[in-house]
Amino acid sequence: MPSPIECVDLRKTYDGKVEAVRGLSLRIEAGECFGLLGPNGAGKTTTIEILEGLLAPTSGEVRLFGHTWTDNPRQLREWIGISLQDTRLSEKLSVRETLELFASFYSEPRPSSAVLEELQLTEKADAWVGKLSGGQKQRLAVATALVGNPRILFLDEPTTGLDPQSRRQLWDIVRAFQKKGGTVLLTTHYMDEAERLCDRLAVVDHGQIIAEGSPPDLIDRLGGHHVVEFEVSNNAGGNSDGQAAEAWRALPGVESVRYEDPTICLNVREPHLTIPALLDALDQQGQNLEHLSTRQASLEDVFVKLTGRHLREN
Amino acid sequence: MATENTKSHTPNLEGQPPVAAAGARHSGRWTGYNRLLGARMLELKREPEIIFWVFGFPLLLALGLGIAFRNKPADNTSVAVVRNAGAARTLALLQASSDRASSDKSSPARSFIHATVLDREAALNAFHFGKFDLVVEPNPDGSVTYHYDPARPESVLSRSEVDAALQSAAGRQDALATSSSVSSEPGSRYIDFLIPGLLGMNLMNSGMWGIGFALVEMRQRKLLKRFVATPMRRSDFMFALTTSRLIMTIVQVGALLGFGMLVFHLPLRGSLFSVLVLAALGGVSFGAVGLLTACRAQKLETASGLINLVMMPMWVFSGVFFSSQHFPARIQPFIQALPLTALNDALRATILEGATLHSQSTRLLILALWGGVSFILALRWFRWT
Repeated sequence: MPSPIECVDLRKTYDGKVEAVRGLSLRIEAGECFGLLGPNGAGKTTTIEILEGLLAPTSGEVRLFGHTWTDNPRQLREWIGISLQDTRLSEKLSVRETLELFASFYSEPRPSSAVLEELQLTEKADAWVGKLSGGQKQRLAVATALVGNPRILFLDEPTTGLDPQSRRQLWDIVRAFQKKGGTVLLTTHYMDEAERLCDRLAVVDHGQIIAEGSPPDLIDRLGGHHVVEFEVSNNAGGNSDGQAAEAWRALPGVESVRYEDPTICLNVREPHLTIPALLDALDQQGQNLEHLSTRQASLEDVFVKLTGRHLREN
Repeated sequence: MATENTKSHTPNLEGQPPVAAAGARHSGRWTGYNRLLGARMLELKREPEIIFWVFGFPLLLALGLGIAFRNKPADNTSVAVVRNAGAARTLALLQASSDRASSDKSSPARSFIHATVLDREAALNAFHFGKFDLVVEPNPDGSVTYHYDPARPESVLSRSEVDAALQSAAGRQDALATSSSVSSEPGSRYIDFLIPGLLGMNLMNSGMWGIGFALVEMRQRKLLKRFVATPMRRSDFMFALTTSRLIMTIVQVGALLGFGMLVFHLPLRGSLFSVLVLAALGGVSFGAVGLLTACRAQKLETASGLINLVMMPMWVFSGVFFSSQHFPARIQPFIQALPLTALNDALRATILEGATLHSQSTRLLILALWGGVSFILALRWFRWT
């Protein structure tokens, strides 16, 4: 059985100049929830739109269930449900009318009432789309994707701009779809979303995949398990950052060091070895510890480790 | 509470058979088209601005212009007489002339002359601002000087009217006996000329905006992109848009034509069927021109600019408010080739002269060519995303 989504060496160049996607390959298995994680402008949307058949790649190949977009576009459209980043549906149609409209495009749609129920939109069925809250609009966008009874769900930034409760509702919807055997591909720049929702992730930056794996695996491989963050005063002892970094790197259990002025972050495997050594070192240098905290490493740390930048930065 | 209960029960009652038959729900070939058309009509119905621009605005325009250019009992002209020694004599002559005209039933309706006495400066100023059609300045030697503007038809007319009035009051005898017959039958008045023109303009406006603007709006909202990501047939989408335009066209024509016939007793000398065929062809052709105008625009601002640019020459040249024959013969071929000129002339010929469709095949062909060529180019260049 061919994979629901497979692409090889995708490239997309706009106007012969801007390289949005630079050689990206993916293989997503049935029933998986796969996430493309990366900052804005990383090429996530271009990638997902190529996979959805909305954009033609400059080069490379896409196959959904073994079919390409050129050999069977109509059948592929029956199999996929998508939610674009920021679609504004007609404001003067009611929720039910919108859903019925989308259902009418598919040969075997699901009953609108069942989809409304599942997405907790039954109460709003007769309300105009223009009157919905942001979370309700986004649920309706996903409802228009689900009403065609798809096998693959593509979600581009499904929870951007939503309140925490709406985000959790959407996560539940995605999990329910997955439970019924559906395959999900989503893009996000929220690390918590990627961490909680996705079985596997590809970290995308500058149009390329720079790391791929399950969230715990990525954190384990790249982030260290823990992060020790501290601030010191009286740091003007003549040591350049480079020399200081060398000193912190030499402490037991430290895997990498980075500066986030004024905080110094150490990725460590065993904080119980590192922290006493750190305190001793500060004592010897005569520096005052202003702040010290430890936390579990996250995908954010993975991303910063890989790119030197934060996800939310440009 | 009662409503709460019904609400929570309804899904269960209705829900059971469909859920059981979930896999068996099949959409027919035309389900998508029907839904698209239904949705489009609902949206139009729920948009009060559209109702106003499509129906209210042309009716108001027709009403306003119909009243402004209604047939007055006699054509009035306003003149200023310069205040000086001869002013009283000039006024007396004008008065005598108008008394004679109203008492003489056999003479044709003579223009009624309003004369106002003003200082020279004030009179000339008011004339320049269009308050008077003519300034009459009596000279010390008993003659009069007319100040008039040869570029203003009403000024030229006023000069000859006033001159005739003064001359005849001063004793001139007509050398030739003349008589006139007055034409203010329905069918030859300004409002009769105007309503078919407004109909044409309205079909152009709503075709261009209704298709062009609506499409760009959907493109900007990424709704078009969302639609083509489904198995929707693109041709269904285009057909539904065209059908909604046709339905609107028929209602529009009915409203404006009915209004003209009821309020201004507009005659309908050709068949209603011919008018509807013309309107449908016009509506669809302008829809296609709108489609072409908007086939690539991404922003509403760009689209409105383009739409106005395309419509501007037709507003000016195509004979909506005045006959396109006023323009020089040299540019007539260009004017005659415009779709709105063809539509307006065809509507006028059908409504006012009772012309058959067959007799205006050139105009129909011009319209069909504009529509057909625009449609083909639009499909070729159309951008869904």
